[in-house]
Amino acid sequence: MNPANYVYLSALLFTIGAAGVLLRRNAIVVFMCIELMLNATNLAFVAFARMNGNLDGQIIAFFVMVVAAAEVVIGLAIIVTIFRTRRSASVDDASLLKY
Amino acid sequence: MTGAATLLAAETSTGEAVVFWVLAPLAVLAALGVVLTRKAVHSALLLAFTMICLAIFYITQDAPFLGVVQVVVYTGAIMMLFLFVLMLVGVDASDSLVETLRGQRVLGALAAIGFAVLLVFSLGQALTGDFVGLDRANANGNVEGVAGLLFDRYVLAFEVTGALLITAALGAMVLTHRERFEHRPTQRERAEQRVRSGYAAPLPGPGVYARHNAVDTLALLPDGTPAELSVSPKLRGPGMVRPTDPALPPGPRPGEPEPDYTSSQLGKGPTA
Repeated sequence: MNPANYVYLSALLFTIGAAGVLLRRNAIVVFMCIELMLNATNLAFVAFARMNGNLDGQIIAFFVMVVAAAEVVIGLAIIVTIFRTRRSASVDDASLLKY
Repeated sequence: MTGAATLLAAETSTGEAVVFWVLAPLAVLAALGVVLTRKAVHSALLLAFTMICLAIFYITQDAPFLGVVQVVVYTGAIMMLFLFVLMLVGVDASDSLVETLRGQRVLGALAAIGFAVLLVFSLGQALTGDFVGLDRANANGNVEGVAGLLFDRYVLAFEVTGALLITAALGAMVLTHRERFEHRPTQRERAEQRVRSGYAAPLPGPGVYARHNAVDTLALLPDGTPAELSVSPKLRGPGMVRPTDPALPPGPRPGEPEPDYTSSQLGKGPTA
């Protein structure tokens, strides 16, 4: 098997995540799809690190994980706050800035 | 794709190929399930499965440290956080099927397919060069190699991520903190309100005299009618309460004679 297949798998997973962000309207599911995209980029980083023979890609993947953890904490807090005030987790309902 | 196959001439071991070809389709299917299932809980569980598959890929790609971190941080912490928030927001907060933007689904799917084609073909052009492998970089062990880089070349970024994590924790507390403006009822006020409500005794327990004693089973009153008060109001939605068991003999109807509880009937159990 060619090690480049990992990169193709990562591209596929990233695309599925992006499609989920475009198609779903539950804010939590949209958020999960963003996590899927971040995971896919991590897989590409790890695969590239192995192809090029240095560990910098793994370090970047590690930092992506840390930033993703912080992002999840803040994002879920925002979703919970919006749900408390508007009783809905749909991204269509948070449209007050439009008017 | 053929370009990559010729330019990046490298082969992995057979074991790794087997792991890849077994787990990669599963990971893709689970990722599709994240997007396509109606219920958010199923999406979360399928996403956790995809993340575990990715952790195994990290381990097969000579990155055991990242594989363990993936399991601990992503499936352990982040996905459980997702599940907790789903519990707060309501498990059945699923999408409605009504399209608010006309043609959004079709256009979104088309854009995704176009993006995938673009990405795969450009990757086919970009994946050139020799395959080096991590044997030399991991000579002293993967964890030592990662630590050497992390605490030497990337030490500033490492410190900054520490500050980022503290800021995130603080931000989450600030965002979800709720100031209590109304008066908090004291224990005495609660007791008085309970007496005034007309039902001072404890509520009947669920499932008494019924076939099950689960919390979603209505208790049966002595005349065989279900007691609505015995199940929590949170569970009284449609389809959530177990139906009352029809196999139990109904109590005496008004106007019917009282059943004959003579000594010959005692000790034989219910006769249906």
